[in-house]
Amino acid sequence: MSNTTLSRRRLIAGLGAVSAFSTMPAWAQGHSIGGHGMSRRGAATIRAGFDEVQGEVIDLAVRDGLRIIEGRRSIGRAVNGSVPGPLIRLREGQSVRFNVANHLREDTSIHWHGLLVPFQMDGVPGVSFPGIKPNQTFTYEFPVRQAGTYWYHSHSGLQEQQGHYGPLVIDPAGAEPVQYDRDYILLLSDFTELDPHFIMSRLRTGEGYFNRQQTSWTDRYKLSGAERRMWAEMRMPPTDIMDIGAPTYTFLANGRGPTEGLEYLFRPGERIRLRVINGSAQSFFNVRIPGLPMTIIGADGQNVRPVEVDEFQIGTAETYDVILQPGSAEAYAIVGESMDRSGMALAMLASRPGARATVPPLRDPPLLTMGDMGMDHGSGGMDHSAMGHGNMPQPESTANSASAARVDHAAMGHGAPAAAGAGAAAADHAAMGHGGSPGTAAAAMGAMSMDGMNMRDTSLLPPDVKVGPGIDMVSMSPVDKTGDPGLGLRDVPHRVLNYRMLAALEPNKDTREPSRLLELHLTGNMERYMWSFDGRMYSAVSDVPIRFAWNERVRVKLVNNTMMGHPIHLHGMFFEIVNGQAPAHQPRKNVIIVQPGASATFDLTANEPGDWAFHCHLMYHMHAGMMQTVTVVGPEGAA
Amino acid sequence: MSMHASLSLAALATALLGAPASAQHQGHSMPMQMLSQAPTPPPGPTPAPTPVDPHAGHAMPVESAAQPPASDPHAGHVMPATPAAAANSGEAMEGMDHSAMGHGTMAGSTDPSPGPEMETPPPPEAGSGPPRAADAIWGADAMSEAREELRRTHGDFNVFWFQGDRLEVHARKGANDYIWDFQGYYGSPTSRFWFKSEGEGSFGERVEDAEFQALYSRAISPFWDLQAGVRQDVAGPDTTYAVVGVQGLAPYLFELDAALFVSHRGDITARIEAELDQRITQRLILQPRVEVNLAAQDIPWSGVGAGLDKVEAGVRLRYEIIREFAPYIGIEQNWRIGGSADYARALGEDPSVTNYVVGIRFWF
Repeated sequence: MSNTTLSRRRLIAGLGAVSAFSTMPAWAQGHSIGGHGMSRRGAATIRAGFDEVQGEVIDLAVRDGLRIIEGRRSIGRAVNGSVPGPLIRLREGQSVRFNVANHLREDTSIHWHGLLVPFQMDGVPGVSFPGIKPNQTFTYEFPVRQAGTYWYHSHSGLQEQQGHYGPLVIDPAGAEPVQYDRDYILLLSDFTELDPHFIMSRLRTGEGYFNRQQTSWTDRYKLSGAERRMWAEMRMPPTDIMDIGAPTYTFLANGRGPTEGLEYLFRPGERIRLRVINGSAQSFFNVRIPGLPMTIIGADGQNVRPVEVDEFQIGTAETYDVILQPGSAEAYAIVGESMDRSGMALAMLASRPGARATVPPLRDPPLLTMGDMGMDHGSGGMDHSAMGHGNMPQPESTANSASAARVDHAAMGHGAPAAAGAGAAAADHAAMGHGGSPGTAAAAMGAMSMDGMNMRDTSLLPPDVKVGPGIDMVSMSPVDKTGDPGLGLRDVPHRVLNYRMLAALEPNKDTREPSRLLELHLTGNMERYMWSFDGRMYSAVSDVPIRFAWNERVRVKLVNNTMMGHPIHLHGMFFEIVNGQAPAHQPRKNVIIVQPGASATFDLTANEPGDWAFHCHLMYHMHAGMMQTVTVVGPEGAA
Repeated sequence: MSMHASLSLAALATALLGAPASAQHQGHSMPMQMLSQAPTPPPGPTPAPTPVDPHAGHAMPVESAAQPPASDPHAGHVMPATPAAAANSGEAMEGMDHSAMGHGTMAGSTDPSPGPEMETPPPPEAGSGPPRAADAIWGADAMSEAREELRRTHGDFNVFWFQGDRLEVHARKGANDYIWDFQGYYGSPTSRFWFKSEGEGSFGERVEDAEFQALYSRAISPFWDLQAGVRQDVAGPDTTYAVVGVQGLAPYLFELDAALFVSHRGDITARIEAELDQRITQRLILQPRVEVNLAAQDIPWSGVGAGLDKVEAGVRLRYEIIREFAPYIGIEQNWRIGGSADYARALGEDPSVTNYVVGIRFWF
């Protein structure tokens, strides 16, 4: 990229590096969707960044190509010649037909993540349809019944890792609940030079293969000798935060590496809607913009009551919409730090092209604690059940970030009234003695001895869990941690989002009391890299669906008996996280992170008939077995 | 990105920035909802005084929306923002109606739902049997292949692993020896065909020992496999053994391999190997290793005495250039013990030998 003259073609390709362009309508790019860089046979280059497509009929083509990220090369799978694939822009109430042409030498598919579609249009080969064969064009057709920020990706093989994903935004039929001057997309993902099948194999055969932050004699982790021996005794790595991190991964913002200059332009005082999508295969990100608070207005495409934070964790496949109001600084760094802090995705909010803010260095990698093994030694407000505390959980949820919020507010002095409100809340709760920081409690727990503790007491599991080699740990006393901001964020000195701070903006339509409880155990064996629900990998339960009656209202409790957070995704329906909000305002989501050793609960109205995939959205966990089919019997099946 | 390219980009982006406002929205961000709609009233009440919005013409600053949820719980007397949210959309009213009519006080309550506490099975209306909804749309034939592919690739699939744990040269007084110690498997996480081979010899001479094992390995617990199969020794008198053993990861991360051998001549021997990886850095690894050989009887033709036969204790320092390839150096002390030591002395060999080792560890 050192030519001094730029052809028009190069200019356009290069312009992709400026994010503003990435959301440019197709007309502005001369209708060249899918055309850039694809001219040379066999060595087609996949562009970073994306075009926009819209309308009633949308043609999408999936092709191989060469991806080059910061000079690192890899064979990619791209939709319309770019990674991410084109922004699909729809309007609530329209109908849409997608003609998806498969130019790969293997099957492909597109799953519309978070969209309410007839099950046969959901795009999961082997569950909802047969998949799309090479040289075949498959037509998806469905009415658009919702609005919000979503995305799409392959559900075939390991193509997601190779770039087969893109953003999907649906404008509401009515008015947006908030106003803004600019509307940007930040799609976070992970890039690797390695073949994803190689990664899958190494995860099974080479314990810790991708972890370059393991404990060692020369590490800087604050672990005592006793703690190190305890982890060794348990045969568990306290550093297994993400399975795969940098340098295996380069973390991407809209398909660009951190040095590739993704930039969003703004004018001071403008309100910016940033639609953050975690389209990665296997990564969690902690998103923050130093010096600029973020107001969360949407989660997984659904509007939530605005809540202002300084940082939030976004699990794989989650989406968050935030409103930013940049001030007088020339530029702000949008930092998507990987949860294991091995790397970051990076973008700039710039008041003029080329303006750059200081990029904060990577923070120290977090460690797992005994709390992440499900030890119940009271971690302040965090461990209180969301249920049974009457009105308490909501205030407490604020308190979880409360002590932090106080510090932050004082230190950073954000003058927004909302921030002031939160600050007051923090002070309140500190005074009331609810300010217990999970981080502190967890740290205290880490020092405890393991004597007499059974990390795998299978008698704690219900009888429908299959006990076997596939379960290496049983959470001793799993508690609801929807108030947990996530690994690495429990003790940061500013306001961090957690699920208890989310409340649906529009009330939920079905607020019936659930008629039954379904308890599912997330189980795994890190050493063998087996992941499952209730001790059975998908291969053992492919013909045993989780069944719901028509319109049944069910409370589903997910109990995590592993030391990893799992972003559990249900296709085809939204569920409402039981987070202490009134039933009408439990936030609607389609992905729920279940924290290590903890539980999380959602209510579901089973009103979308058919077979649906239900799985951990860490792609390699899903392929290692953490998946099951959900069957909703249609109204005709109701007695 | 070269400097020139950056500058050109900057120039073009500047041009975009300088465009009229509407064009800017087209060019710099997604076409905006509010621009393409008829003017909309600011949704929701604004219970708090609206702060001065420096950006003129925007009726609804985020603060006004953000405040109810932030402040309500602490006011303590207000139902958390339900009325405010209800006013935000027509759909909300529908929701309110529904809850008020159908579900008495509970649904309209601001309390979180207590929910059922005990897990109960699904009702009969949930149906039974395998998930086959897609068959009705696409046909059972069209679906079966994809179903099988999904089952085959999500969970219990096979992988191949081959490890040269030790491929090394022993330098000691008198002679230079070599040894190999390989193992590998093909199979699923819980059921594997496992093979092992080890042997030794001196350069320029005939191979002294060479054995091959073929085992079926079955997971019996999270960290342990039970293995059974056959071993064939090919150097010296051909000997066939039945093998049963366990292999896995012991507490404190010791890699353990213990096996019992019964030869076709009826001799019973056993071998226990333990290794421990101690990371000094992410790539420099110190590995203590101990191997103990036992025999239930004297085996004169191979120089083995009953009881403790042979002990090896060594330490190897390897550097992982990549995970799969690591050269190492080390030192190892071998002792022949008891009857075995006597046999060794009778052959003029020293029962206690110190080896300096250089080798490579590799796997794929």
